[in-house]
Amino acid sequence: MPSSVTMPMGQAASRPQTAANRYYRRFGLFERVQHAGLMFSFIGCALSGLPLLFPYTGWAKTIAGFMGGFHGAALVHRVCATIMGVVFVIHILQFLWRGLATGTLLSVLWGPNSLMPQPKDIVDIWQHMKFFLGKGPRPHFDRYTYWEKFDYMAVFWGMFIIGGSGLLLWFAMPLSAWLPGWVFNIATLIHGEEALLAVGFIFTIHFFNGHVRPEKFPMDMVIFTGRISDHELREERPLEFERLKREGRLASIEATPPAPGAVMFGRIVGGTALVLGILTVILIIYGVVMR
Amino acid sequence: MKPAALLRALFLVLAFGLASATSAKTAAAPKKEAPPADPNEACMMCHADASAKGAGGKSIGVDLAVFGKSVHGEMQIKCVDCHADVSADKLPHPEKLKPAACSNCHEDAVKHYTTTAHGKAVKDGKTAAATCHDCHGTHDIKRSKDPASMTNFVNIESTCGACHGNDKIVEQAHLPGGNIQAKYHDSIHNQLVEGKTAYNRAAPTCTSCHGTHNIQPKSEPDSRVARAHVPDTCGGCHQREKTVFDKGKHGQLRQAGNGAAPVCIDCHGAHTIKRASTAGWQNAVVGACGNCHDDKITSFRLTYHGKVTTLGPASVATCASCHGAHDVRPASDPLSTVNSANLLATCRNCHADAGPKLVSWDPHPQPKDRERSVVLYYTYIFMEILLAGVFLFFGLHTVLWAYRSFRNMAQRRQGGGH
Repeated sequence: MPSSVTMPMGQAASRPQTAANRYYRRFGLFERVQHAGLMFSFIGCALSGLPLLFPYTGWAKTIAGFMGGFHGAALVHRVCATIMGVVFVIHILQFLWRGLATGTLLSVLWGPNSLMPQPKDIVDIWQHMKFFLGKGPRPHFDRYTYWEKFDYMAVFWGMFIIGGSGLLLWFAMPLSAWLPGWVFNIATLIHGEEALLAVGFIFTIHFFNGHVRPEKFPMDMVIFTGRISDHELREERPLEFERLKREGRLASIEATPPAPGAVMFGRIVGGTALVLGILTVILIIYGVVMR
Repeated sequence: MKPAALLRALFLVLAFGLASATSAKTAAAPKKEAPPADPNEACMMCHADASAKGAGGKSIGVDLAVFGKSVHGEMQIKCVDCHADVSADKLPHPEKLKPAACSNCHEDAVKHYTTTAHGKAVKDGKTAAATCHDCHGTHDIKRSKDPASMTNFVNIESTCGACHGNDKIVEQAHLPGGNIQAKYHDSIHNQLVEGKTAYNRAAPTCTSCHGTHNIQPKSEPDSRVARAHVPDTCGGCHQREKTVFDKGKHGQLRQAGNGAAPVCIDCHGAHTIKRASTAGWQNAVVGACGNCHDDKITSFRLTYHGKVTTLGPASVATCASCHGAHDVRPASDPLSTVNSANLLATCRNCHADAGPKLVSWDPHPQPKDRERSVVLYYTYIFMEILLAGVFLFFGLHTVLWAYRSFRNMAQRRQGGGH
């Protein structure tokens, strides 16, 4: 088990830094807040939208009832969608601002610090699969692994697809002065299918890759505390560790161990999201079977 | 014998009419002071005692006060006029008597009754079936317009319900339709009858639709509730709806003799009929349309309208919102609400801000039908492949990863690792 989860943090904070309880900063506050905003609005959209995808189930009526019926669920859905859209716009602006201000826009779009899929990722997928089958060593990952990039790009693509189709449906009537009606048939289909893809993916694959797989069980705290342990960085992202060491930047990102309060907060919030998500997947499977 | 009885009845009616015209109250008063004139005196020697019992232990008491207030009492009908097999000179009469002879006076009513569902059932030896007294009472029979009468419109529900609302009788006698009273009681019709809404004088009770001395099962072609006649029966009150219905596709199918054509009750229900303006009812009617238009409902369910109406009561478009209710017409008909010339106006009934291009929106999309919409078809195929691809790849990826992780953990534990 990763030491970051099992170690009593309160004691670690007061001790001198040793390799065993040394931490580095992986995510800044701004990134963590963005993830939290995304998480909150995503679950809100999922819970308020899924009843309309599976309206014939009892749970759909129950959940919609909790939100004050169909009109309440529609309101929750639009409020959460707006929050998600705002988070996305802020993210893009931050991207551009940081890239232009520091002159590192290119490194954001390409290279080891970029979330853009690159040739190495194809090699990594191949080697990782071979490793799963016991036919090779684990590939050496850099700052972002291929599955993390997929998570990111899936959300990025999803923002345009689900956000675009959602806006079309939201403002269908005024838009129908310019757009032919069949566009809204397409938007309805895409919005529902993409929603199933997003919800199904986040609540199973992302949860497994990021959190509940045996190495991270029950949760990886890094997105809540922003800190990664020395052990984890060396083990799971050796290329990044080597690069940081080579560039002499390790010391500059060294951080205090996660505060117990932050860990507790992460566990409660993240744990709630985890339980809600897995429950949602069960409801979806029930809905698909009952169709 | 019979013409004589009729004459007597006629005379009594006339006499009563005259008596009540002068003073009904004074007519009743002297009756008490002159008991010898009472033609029922001989009967009352035994039957006046309320606790009197026959040989079988059954009460034989007759409350003259009750009888006096009945229509027959007011008309001074004698006991032996109905209990015609009793003779005043041969008392006591035999223990077992024939049923009261209603037909002595009400010849036509009884004749009609024998042709009804009830009358035929009695003829077939079904003892549970209603005869005259089950609906009209015995010594307490009152005119139908009297609110205390069993056959007054406010009491019909409980009169018919004595059998058709009694679960035990319904079960034992296999009454068709189950507990009808329970279904009818909460209907809009009964709410009108009970005066919970205005216009209750015209409110329909059981007999308004089924008739009285002409009640027939719906299987009889000339029954008022036979499918072919339902619109006529309902149209008795709902003339405006009937006129519109007759002009619509459904009404025309019926007139052409199509037995499967929907009639009023197919959408509204019969005994459970609800106010049509409630969202809950409107959403439920979609299912009724689907009884015939199955494929149209399947495609409707793929739209926002169809999903919201499935989820629960909400005021969004159902079948009738676009197609109309009583005057459903095919799209080819220029008068149809879904005729291409009228589509935008139909959309704008709800969506006042609908743009002119909205009409190419398909309210019955079929993503699997390439002919219907190529774009929708290929979007559907693309999304299906995308979903299947992502979940297959990452599903496999996850299963393999979990396998490797657990293998490694087990090996580490065996190797004495931490």
